[in-house]
Amino acid sequence: MNSEITGVIIMFVASVALAIPLGKYIGKIYSGDKTPLDKIFNPIDKLFFKATGINPLQPMNWKEHLVALLTVNLIWFLLSMFVLMNMGWLPLNPDGNPGMSADLAFNTSISFISNTNLQHYSGESSVSYLGQLVLMLFQFISAGTGMAICATVFTAMKEKTTSELGNFYNFFIKSCTRVLLPISIVIAVILLFNGTPMTFKGKDQFISLQGDTVNVSRGPAAAMVAIKQLGTNGGGFFGANSAQPFENPNYFTNSIENIAIIIIPIALVFALGYILKRKRLAWMVFAVMTIGFLLLLLPSVYYEMKGNTAITKMGIVQPLGSMEGKEVRFGSAASAYWGITTTCTSNGSVNAMHDSFTPLTGMFTMLGMMINSFYGGVGVGFLNFYIFIIIAVFISGLMVGRTPEFLGKKIEAKEMKIAAIIALLHPFLILTGTAIASYIYAHNPTAYAAWLSNPGNHGFSEMLYEYTSASANNGSEFSGLGGNTPFWNISGGIVMLLSRFLPIIGPVAIAGILAKKKYVPESAGTLKTDTGTFGIMVFAVIFIIAALSFFPALSLGPIAEFFGMKH
Amino acid sequence: MSKSNKLFESSLMKEALAQSFVKLNPAIMFRNPVMFTVEIGTAIMLLVCIWIATGEKSQGSLAYNIIVTAILFITVLFANFAEAIAEARGKAQADSLRKTREETPAKQLIVGEIFVEEIKIVPSSLLRKGDIFICETGDIIPIDGEIIEGLATIDESAITGESAPVIREAGGDKSSVTGGTKVLSDKIRVRVTTEPGESFLDKMIALVEGASRQKTPNEIALTILLAGFTLVFIIVCVTLKPFGDYANTPITIAAFISLFVCLIPTTIGGLLSAIGIAGMDRALRANVITKSGKAVETAGDIDTLLLDKTGTITIGNRKATSFWPANGINEKQFVQACVLASLADQTPEGKSIIELAEQQGFKAPFPSERAGDEAATFIEFTAETRSSGIDLSNGTKIRKGAFDAIKNMIVKAGNIFPEEISERVKIISSNGGTPLVVSKNDYVLGVIELQDIIKPNIHERFERLRKMGVKTVMVTGDNPLTAKFIANKAGVDDFIAEAKPEDKMNYIKQEQQGGKLVAMMGDGTNDAPALAQADVGVAMNSGTQAAKEAGNMVDLDNDPTKLIEIVEIGKQLLMTRGTLTTFSIANDVAKYFAIVPALFIASIPALQGMNIMKLHSPESAILSAVIFNAIIIPLLIPLALRGVAYKPIGASSLLRRNLLIYGLGGVIIPFIGIKLIDLLVSIWF
Repeated sequence: MNSEITGVIIMFVASVALAIPLGKYIGKIYSGDKTPLDKIFNPIDKLFFKATGINPLQPMNWKEHLVALLTVNLIWFLLSMFVLMNMGWLPLNPDGNPGMSADLAFNTSISFISNTNLQHYSGESSVSYLGQLVLMLFQFISAGTGMAICATVFTAMKEKTTSELGNFYNFFIKSCTRVLLPISIVIAVILLFNGTPMTFKGKDQFISLQGDTVNVSRGPAAAMVAIKQLGTNGGGFFGANSAQPFENPNYFTNSIENIAIIIIPIALVFALGYILKRKRLAWMVFAVMTIGFLLLLLPSVYYEMKGNTAITKMGIVQPLGSMEGKEVRFGSAASAYWGITTTCTSNGSVNAMHDSFTPLTGMFTMLGMMINSFYGGVGVGFLNFYIFIIIAVFISGLMVGRTPEFLGKKIEAKEMKIAAIIALLHPFLILTGTAIASYIYAHNPTAYAAWLSNPGNHGFSEMLYEYTSASANNGSEFSGLGGNTPFWNISGGIVMLLSRFLPIIGPVAIAGILAKKKYVPESAGTLKTDTGTFGIMVFAVIFIIAALSFFPALSLGPIAEFFGMKH
Repeated sequence: MSKSNKLFESSLMKEALAQSFVKLNPAIMFRNPVMFTVEIGTAIMLLVCIWIATGEKSQGSLAYNIIVTAILFITVLFANFAEAIAEARGKAQADSLRKTREETPAKQLIVGEIFVEEIKIVPSSLLRKGDIFICETGDIIPIDGEIIEGLATIDESAITGESAPVIREAGGDKSSVTGGTKVLSDKIRVRVTTEPGESFLDKMIALVEGASRQKTPNEIALTILLAGFTLVFIIVCVTLKPFGDYANTPITIAAFISLFVCLIPTTIGGLLSAIGIAGMDRALRANVITKSGKAVETAGDIDTLLLDKTGTITIGNRKATSFWPANGINEKQFVQACVLASLADQTPEGKSIIELAEQQGFKAPFPSERAGDEAATFIEFTAETRSSGIDLSNGTKIRKGAFDAIKNMIVKAGNIFPEEISERVKIISSNGGTPLVVSKNDYVLGVIELQDIIKPNIHERFERLRKMGVKTVMVTGDNPLTAKFIANKAGVDDFIAEAKPEDKMNYIKQEQQGGKLVAMMGDGTNDAPALAQADVGVAMNSGTQAAKEAGNMVDLDNDPTKLIEIVEIGKQLLMTRGTLTTFSIANDVAKYFAIVPALFIASIPALQGMNIMKLHSPESAILSAVIFNAIIIPLLIPLALRGVAYKPIGASSLLRRNLLIYGLGGVIIPFIGIKLIDLLVSIWF
């Protein structure tokens, strides 16, 4: 078999194989069950709880969970704004990078706090090492936030009738200390041995063969790259992200990083199965996610390996596939695989330029973000999926002639209201954002020419991708877009903010309300949610809501481009 | 009573058509957000037509725009018509019930000038709650009431369609009479229990007519979901304008509104209230008056069904099934003694003994009740002796009674109770039967076996309920052993033996605490608290007023198995909503493929590749989509009114089946429909 394809298969199979036991481990942590690593971590956790005065056994209701989450995030947001705007004079700045402008700092802070990590700057020239360290801390916090709130929802789904859903700080700290930190260390060490720098020294210098003096940026990169992948953050140390040789030196590190991208989102599905003691339900969720993921992945790999039809028409053979914007050390298949995993999981790190993907691959990366729940970001991916489950349960519950129930709880008007709002938020933010940008551009193309490096359909895709990426908290870019202007910084920042926190608040509210309801035991007339049929129903709901509402927009962008290149 | 099953009768059609226009009033349309937006779209298109007529060139031809406007208008009308026809049918059904009771002369009892009680003839409409009237042979009962004195046979066929007369009497659980029924014999004194215009039937008519119709919880949740879909597609369509600007693709207003109307779930939006009304109407056709639409919906959710044994599971009362003579006793002699002992016994059991004897070819030896022995005395059953019988004039004493009562008597007399009879008694008891031991002059002759007769097919009905996920509970006054036997034989899941009224109540509460919804049927006053506690309480029309007030449905047929039907009607109601929602949303796939290429093909010819249906032109594509969108509503009205057939095949199979028919069907059918319409439309556009 083609070794490029074999590489992709190995990466995916390894991810799933590692995610299953990891999921069980995560499930044990959230359930408070014993794990072999308790001996090491219990003292560390105790230290944290003692220092902060938090009682990890104090149960919270769903509102208290949300208050805790928002408070933690607000404090870190303010700190980040301060550091990014003032890093020019703060320590750990060997390269003398200046502070950020207010709008860029706003965009960047929200971007990192919201697990988006959209970067309208280049790490080499715009951020000091202190800035990078703060941003790295955020990558833990935002990932830990996502995981913790997902644990809250799992707890709510498990309980029969209660308003006590565990302690948010407990979930949060344990997510960081017992999952994110140890795995990050392992990955960072692997990267370190493969050549990723980890230093606080400033730029290195060498004289090239032509005699030019070249400044090479470096810094504490290995640690940051590890958590950027693991926490589906995607915020790179260097501007070129994981296409940069220091961030991602070779095919082996590429595979490790790519596994790190999807391992926790998949593991959380299995954690669900462990916590709820419903393995079949977990497998149903996993199957729907995986089928959706593969439907995006397979054609993307095919189109990238097939090469650019416009070049083929010129009579040029492309044995390596479409290589524009790709790294030779990864090749077209692994780049397409990365492209789909990074967009499906809300990661957003890139190892190739998405702007240069063939039109349909570009569309599939966008679809991955538009759906945003085929695995999805750590924790929040499942939360998005949960909304689709609620809607699917409602429609299919009616179809079997009963008031819809999910895990023994009746779904009624209040829950539907929240689910409907959250389900339409994502299309609303993406389409409205793109519409405003299109409107501004269309009415004065010359004044805003700098926005788009490509005219026509591809330019439209660039704008659509930007808002999709912001709203999906992804952070990757169709880099043709000139993003660092007040308009893009602020509008993108608002989109990221709304699309991060509202889709957390909604599912938590639904789960919290459902948890309080009376438990209805299952009977032969109850809809089973762990079956293939129900899986198809969920898939159909996702397809209709998340994919079809973008159909007109996508036809003006990548689809038009695709048919245009064919002719 | 006429029960027309024709969906569209011409008289109803006319009324429904008129109502479809009345319902265009925005204040009424507002209740249905999906169709309301279509109405707004129609209004906008009307303005566009006027704009074009005044010389605007950018919006396409006037004819095309007028056609689009007209189709949208028809879409709204179709949706209104669906609701109106459902209302008209429900009203017609209720009217035919009501007609029987209007303006009947009533013999009201009043405090007169000469006598304390005087009879005055007044129209029934003047009767108020608490008034007292009398009814004699041949009178039509003017209004619902409760018998306070007397007993009468009553023909209730006007209400129930059942021709056999029934007996209603003061006191007890059969004291209720219904307006419109006819007294066949005797005289009763009745107290009016409802104000005019407030009877259950009046309430039901109001519910069907819409003014007081409240949306049920599931309907509200579904409306929210549909509103959500509508909002998503508003966003999709509004943002398309700047997208089109960017791509230098002018999009006409007609195209925008067509795309929008096609994408929003108009099919289910247009049929939603019709489905709800039709559910109540179906209940009414089953002769069940519901006090709210919610009750019908809840019926579909029922987990536990409490059923009285007598009348529901078994036919009436116990019947004699076998004679078991003691050793050495001639069977003929034994049967003869049994008949003698039962001749004067007016209990159903007693009568059944004589019936059985006759069936076995045994003719009663004496023509008269006194068995030809005028001096014979009958011994009545008493609680102390627990036996009854006859003392013939020749001194022969024949007794029949409970095993231990007779045994005591015999042992006291110094005789031996035969072993084989003791054995037989045990066998009968453990088979769910009741043994009656017969003795003659303190010697045992044998034992009569009485058995409950389980209704034919009841086992299959319970099996059906079990597949629906409904647990059945039998309530009986029998001892646990007998109850268990009958429960097993009939196939119920659980039973309450030696039940007292509070046992029912406790059982219901206990089930509800476990999160289950419980339905029960009852008639007596002491059933009232349990009827009120149950999630679905069906009172029999013959029952007491208290029972009828406490329940949320009244069954005019007094048929204890009606609960099973009610559960299915409830499930059908929810299923019809669910499947049509699925169908409606699944249609969007094809509509997208019809309209989206049509929007852009003019300026981006490459998108012709997306026109997978090969529709003729952008205009024909858009027209075909909106026409399909409009005509699918009337095509589905019959389904909405009749309801999707419920099959008790388990939730998963049911989902698979409905997903296949309405989901996959909903994706495929519009591709075919739109293509066919396009072939026709392309002649002009």
